[in-house]
Amino acid sequence: MKRMLLALAAGALLAGAGAAQAKDTLTLGMVLEPPHLDPTAGAASAIREVTYANIYEGLTRIDRTGAVQPALAESWSVSPNGLTYSFKLVAGVKFHDGTPFDCSVVQFSYGRAMAPDSVNAQKQLFEPIAGIACPDRFTAVVTLKRPSALFLFDMGWGDAVMVSPKSAATDKTNPVGTGPFRFRQWVHGDRVELERNPDYWGSQPKLKAVTFKFVSDPSAATAAVLAGDIDAFPLFPAPEAIDQFRADKRFAVHVGTTEGKTIVALNNARKPFDDIRVRRALTYAIDRTQLIEAAQSGFGKPIGSHYVPTDPGYVDLTGTYPYDPAKAKALLAEAGVKPGTEITLMLPPPPYARRGGEVIAAMWEQVGIRAKLVPIEWAQWLDQVFKRTDYDATIISHTEARDLDIYARDKYYFNYHSDAYRALYQTYVQAVDPKAQTDLIGALQKKLAEDEPNVFLFALAAVGVADARLRGLWENQPIPANDVTGVSWAE
Amino acid sequence: MTGFLLRRLLILLATLIAASLVVFAVLQVLPGDPAAIMLGTGARPDTVAALRHRLGLDAPLALRYLRWIAGLATGDFGISYTYSVPVRTLIGERVLVSLPLAVLAIVLSTAIAIPVGVLAAARRGRAADAAMMGVAQVGVAIPNFWLGLLLILLFAIRLPWLPASGFPGWDGGAWPALRALILPALALGLPQGAILARVTRAAVIETLGEDFVRTARAWGLSRRAALWRHAVPNALVPVVTLIGLQFSFLLAGTVIVENVFTLPGLGRLVFQAIAQRDLIVVQDLVVLLAGSVIAVNFVVDLVAAWLDPRQRLAA
Repeated sequence: MKRMLLALAAGALLAGAGAAQAKDTLTLGMVLEPPHLDPTAGAASAIREVTYANIYEGLTRIDRTGAVQPALAESWSVSPNGLTYSFKLVAGVKFHDGTPFDCSVVQFSYGRAMAPDSVNAQKQLFEPIAGIACPDRFTAVVTLKRPSALFLFDMGWGDAVMVSPKSAATDKTNPVGTGPFRFRQWVHGDRVELERNPDYWGSQPKLKAVTFKFVSDPSAATAAVLAGDIDAFPLFPAPEAIDQFRADKRFAVHVGTTEGKTIVALNNARKPFDDIRVRRALTYAIDRTQLIEAAQSGFGKPIGSHYVPTDPGYVDLTGTYPYDPAKAKALLAEAGVKPGTEITLMLPPPPYARRGGEVIAAMWEQVGIRAKLVPIEWAQWLDQVFKRTDYDATIISHTEARDLDIYARDKYYFNYHSDAYRALYQTYVQAVDPKAQTDLIGALQKKLAEDEPNVFLFALAAVGVADARLRGLWENQPIPANDVTGVSWAE
Repeated sequence: MTGFLLRRLLILLATLIAASLVVFAVLQVLPGDPAAIMLGTGARPDTVAALRHRLGLDAPLALRYLRWIAGLATGDFGISYTYSVPVRTLIGERVLVSLPLAVLAIVLSTAIAIPVGVLAAARRGRAADAAMMGVAQVGVAIPNFWLGLLLILLFAIRLPWLPASGFPGWDGGAWPALRALILPALALGLPQGAILARVTRAAVIETLGEDFVRTARAWGLSRRAALWRHAVPNALVPVVTLIGLQFSFLLAGTVIVENVFTLPGLGRLVFQAIAQRDLIVVQDLVVLLAGSVIAVNFVVDLVAAWLDPRQRLAA
């Protein structure tokens, strides 16, 4: 009996090894399962991490460096006043459901996102659009109400992909795009499977099939990669296990960057955070390097404003408020904040917040601020902190790319209000000259660092673990995506 | 007997209605808006309002409750907010993971616990008894998520015999699916088995001291025959009652164990649905789980009555 069991186990092992040798399929691990697979109707990053560039394509696309590349628009021209974009569309493209792609699809897709009953999570991306004209089948002319410096970048977001008019309503459960992979099946709670689209208009991907497998528990994720059940885990949830993978030749560890600007958001409408001296003091009190070491196992880059080092026009402002507890104390005294003052710090579930909160509380304690740590689940965070702005301070990572606009909004949860910043932002989005744009991005970052509405901490790292034989995975996450179109196995 | 069944059915119905009211009320008080969660931090308020309307969340409370109950009565569980698929489909898929898992766990725990308990009782006070009850004591103390992690470390990583997590589905054949359930079933079943073993031992020891066992021995029955023919069957009533109670614990335990092993079962679904404020799914699941616990207790009562001839005759 014992021998039989052993034989069975050995047989199962061999079968598993045989499958791995085929080398034209990929199993990729993700922490969160997407709620559905329609990036035009939900904000969850997980939707994009499955579908972006694999299933769906837009007129433009963002590449692994964050640059704008042609996709379904093979080229474009912009009028000198920056108000008219003429896109030349790729001819002969078919959706996975057989619907041909042409200018009418552009009108449909953008019109759907802009409609009054639109549920597009990034509806504001389309706000500059005045109209879309189709002079011929494969030319789309988009006119804007005002110039928009980010328009081509914005149209590369997952929220701006082209959807088939025939199947847009069912994309959530049966996604249909124009991409090199098409949807095969979704075993809810476990995995999504994609297969190569033989009718793809561009060059064929090397992989025949891709499986996205969802493992939320860090120990389970480590186990699944070690056991070979998962080939690559691009946003690996257990940084403490990284050294183990580094020491193991079978695996490669990638440390890249994300757009995740991790901050202590302060309620600028509430005392004492309405006082700029207090906000600066809270920043002086934090040793970012030590924080990253303690809360993120050393992964992450310090930031001094709401912008990450890998984006164009980045200015290093981390030296604006260097770690200086004495100065923090002096500023707090000057602002009349007594030692021992208690503030509540809301901590949503991600480890950067829960672990980071402990470290920050200890650092603030040194300058006489008592932080009461309140763990809070995501749904409650969105309701209490984000919607009702009933909070003192919270740790959160803003993962949207190049989102300097949130500081120019009328009502946003940290209640920052600066007419100077708003004017500057308007000048920036309407600037047509690239040089002027870059200068203005710098000016915006400096203005934020000067006002320090929030304590800017660090950019989240993209720490990934993969089989050492895999080639072509994205190391950075300039937008949420697992673009596997260029992935292959080394011989 | 008919009166007994009717009473039971009425209690079942009343409990379900009470459960539905409680869960609906609690979820209304719970902060968090499914539409806001789906649209994230970039969305504008008008977009959130559009989605709330589309999901039917802007209707008055009473109307929403009645719509839900009327749906349930006709077998329509509604559409999941987050997944956009019928809740019935969602539950149907996941029952195929959780039910086999719970059954496997019960079978494992019972298969281990009853022989161990009876043996320990037969050898009470001796080394074998002490050893078995010592192990059981540890088993009672170990939380199932930790046991799960230990099992993964040992049988999935150190000895790569079984998958560490995930569930391949039943389409690929019964064996790969069962393999994926073995470790979770052990993690779930062993602590329950430890409790069951202790209860079995106590129950058997108690019956061994009863007059009828002594009488049986006096009639010339061997120790073994007295134990198995007279003591054990009489000790089974509390044991079966406990197995029934444990079934409810197992349902709760699946929430934790399914998360440790990332199994796409009901427990993980309820956990995710609460986090996402997929209210309709949470409501349906709570009513469903309440219903199944009541149903299991009912079956346990019947089995206990059948096991005890006095109750059988009285009925």
